[in-house]
Amino acid sequence: MMKTDNRQDQAARNTITIDGQEIPFQHGQTIIDAALEAGIYIPHLCHRSGLSPHGSCRLCMVDIVDRKETLGDSDRRREGKIQEETRSRSVAACTMPATAGQWIRNNTPELNEARKVITQMLFTEGNHICPSCEHSGNCTLQAVAYYLGMLDGHFPPFFPRRDLDASHPTVMLDRDRCILCELCVRASREADGKNMFAIAGRGTRARLIVNSASGMLADSDIEMHDLAVHVCPVGAILIKEQGYRVPIGQRTFDLHQVEEIDLGKTIPPEMGQK
Amino acid sequence: MGNILITGCPHSGNDAGMLRQIIAGACVESPHLLHVLHILQQKFLHVSETAIREVSAMLALPYSQVEAVVEFYSFFHKTPRGKYDILFSNCICCGYLVDGTDLMAMFGRRLGIVAGRTREDGLVSMDQTSCIGMCDHGAALLVNGMPVTGLDGSLLERIAILIEDRVPLADWPSEWFQIEDSIRMSGMLLDHEMPRGDSLRAMLAFGAEASLNEIIQSGLRGRGGAGFSTGMKWKSCRVAQGAAHYVICNADEGEPGTFKDRVLLHRYADSLFEGMTVCAYLIGANLGYLYLRGEYRYLLPHLQSVLLLRRETSLLGTNICNQPGFSFDVQIVVGAGAYICGEESALIESLEGKRGIPRVRPPFPVSHGYLGQPTVVNNVETFVAAACVVQKGSTWLRAMGDEVSKGSKILSISGNCARPGIYEYPFGVSIRQVLEDCGAADTYAVQVGGPSGVLIGSPEFDRRLGYDDLPTGGAVMVFDKSRDLMAILVNFSRFFSHESCGFCTPCRVGTVLLRDRLDKIFSGRGAQTDLEEILHTARLMKQYSHCGLGQTAANPVLDGLQRFPQVLEKFLLNRDFEPDLDLDKALAEGRRIRKGNDGIACADRGGQ
Repeated sequence: MMKTDNRQDQAARNTITIDGQEIPFQHGQTIIDAALEAGIYIPHLCHRSGLSPHGSCRLCMVDIVDRKETLGDSDRRREGKIQEETRSRSVAACTMPATAGQWIRNNTPELNEARKVITQMLFTEGNHICPSCEHSGNCTLQAVAYYLGMLDGHFPPFFPRRDLDASHPTVMLDRDRCILCELCVRASREADGKNMFAIAGRGTRARLIVNSASGMLADSDIEMHDLAVHVCPVGAILIKEQGYRVPIGQRTFDLHQVEEIDLGKTIPPEMGQK
Repeated sequence: MGNILITGCPHSGNDAGMLRQIIAGACVESPHLLHVLHILQQKFLHVSETAIREVSAMLALPYSQVEAVVEFYSFFHKTPRGKYDILFSNCICCGYLVDGTDLMAMFGRRLGIVAGRTREDGLVSMDQTSCIGMCDHGAALLVNGMPVTGLDGSLLERIAILIEDRVPLADWPSEWFQIEDSIRMSGMLLDHEMPRGDSLRAMLAFGAEASLNEIIQSGLRGRGGAGFSTGMKWKSCRVAQGAAHYVICNADEGEPGTFKDRVLLHRYADSLFEGMTVCAYLIGANLGYLYLRGEYRYLLPHLQSVLLLRRETSLLGTNICNQPGFSFDVQIVVGAGAYICGEESALIESLEGKRGIPRVRPPFPVSHGYLGQPTVVNNVETFVAAACVVQKGSTWLRAMGDEVSKGSKILSISGNCARPGIYEYPFGVSIRQVLEDCGAADTYAVQVGGPSGVLIGSPEFDRRLGYDDLPTGGAVMVFDKSRDLMAILVNFSRFFSHESCGFCTPCRVGTVLLRDRLDKIFSGRGAQTDLEEILHTARLMKQYSHCGLGQTAANPVLDGLQRFPQVLEKFLLNRDFEPDLDLDKALAEGRRIRKGNDGIACADRGGQ
């Protein structure tokens, strides 16, 4: 939310522990933002630092572990080593505020398995045809699936019928791939100040709609430089006449792990502009 | 109330001038989006694209928000419904299958309509809807929003005749629309006589601080099921900073098998509003909302009349009970068919004229609720109980119940029992006692707290109702040995997939996967791996869903697998794996077109 950015103020900083690694956070920061800032990757699709937290894709689920009461506050770190883990609850790292002393599990086989299944669910409910998708190689959904070791869709596909909107001269909307992450909804509202998109409907019939009188992109105020056009983690919002400018095999996630990109270790030229 | 008199007409639904006139008229009554859309739906039998455009312009809302809302709620339609719009409840206790006959199919054949469609002549449309809260009255339907209960073949035939003869709903036999309260056993709360205003006068005499302490002391906990301390909730809200504070009554009881609010709203509306007014004084609110589920719209005139009476007797409005500065009023907002709006933060979203999507918590409504301001949300029964506590004192409530759960709980009992209806018990009563009192015989299973609650069998009938053992919002569905539990699990799974708001992945996709997997087993095509799949999906949903709906949607099937494994297993094929693709079903249409001839394409299957 509000970035105070007074990092000099060490007193305001506190720490949380993720997979045994103690990291600092700033008051008001979510777990995921603190983690990403500290170089710890938590898989995610609907999150983007700077846009309001959402919590819908559920990929960033982490476990907050309650541990047996410490004997005193005097030496928490030493005490921590002999603390017994009692209970844990799963929370979305993108919406849960970091609070001092949180003990968090992130990169565990159990969580990564759940994340893989959730990713499979996203593939199952839409029509994702990676080999023929223009976004293949630049798609975060695909990259996360690779990261999590997803080898198949597992579930019987839903094969939904969804509308395609190619009415706009430069931007195209292919709802077959939409994962309802609402990044474009938030980007348009919060960054572009346009409120161009919304989600309508309920359940698996939920769908991305365009805020224009005809419901078509052609009648909307969307422009090429809008953040909403560029935040789509899948190939649902595509820019026309740019297809295959970068050949498959040389795209972002063909060359880098999703983790590297998200942690900013490698900024590819095409993404670096944003 | 208008909806039994107005005859809708779909054709003028695109006339902008006409639309503007109707919208302006609706806004006079209430400019709430749900209200305006309801009026349009009623008048034009649908909400057209033009109507969405006009609403968006006149209410100064984004077009996308209006469209999103229209598509979210079950009672709004983008294509015209019939002049008589029939919605059969599909609840396991008041649904169209409750007596073993498919009443909806029967009705459809009689009138030549298919579920989900409007008849060609536009006269009648028919569909199914989630539980309408008439479980103590047998099979039930809504016709243009008005409930008709105790359905059977002959009643449906009479309804069909009236429809074909185009008899206005106002001229239908009025006794069809009478809904009995069916209070079978009353206790401290239902027996409590409270003259209008007594509770308020007691509170003012006692003082705000002391009254709040009294509620805290009483141990009153939310009756919706979650069981948070009512007094503590009010106290947190009281101290929370905000430009305004709000009181919201959650009268969106959508849990199948629950109908106690229907009775409380009908018979104890005064106590309810009194409880809300007490809360308003204690937290410093000037405005409250009653969020009434759309299925109970028929109660609206009654509730409005109670509000009017209270305004006339200085129990609502400005300077309540002659107390300077004590101002409060209640507005009623009616939902439009969305179970998720019973979740408090989704309810608040809906009140704000949006889709009912549960919010991220924290922050909680007590600090960031309606319009971002400190808000108390409590259920109907909680407000009624709070009003009594303030009048009678905390010891009154503490005299009943047990250590953890103070006072009484009102139950909605339905299903296979001789006397379905409303029962009030002190907390701590055993299921066995409840079953005995309602005349249940040969009970096989009991669903406590509705589909999102707990399914138990006879070894657990000595368990007790209370926050520490069997918490419940109040639904007790009784199933005897004649019932097929598998059909019940299938029914519940359909309910959840229909009601999932679609916000988070595990619930949106998981509810559909569970439904399909159970359908597969129920149709005799399930194998051992399907049970494992169900377990995996169910656990994932339970642990990783965004809100209570997704976290509890798998409860029935998990309970079924744990306590009644034979129920599912008897449907299984004697093999480990059976493909999800049903080849015969996939080929059915092709075979129909080719008149059953598969040719050589599938000779091995088709030729069997």
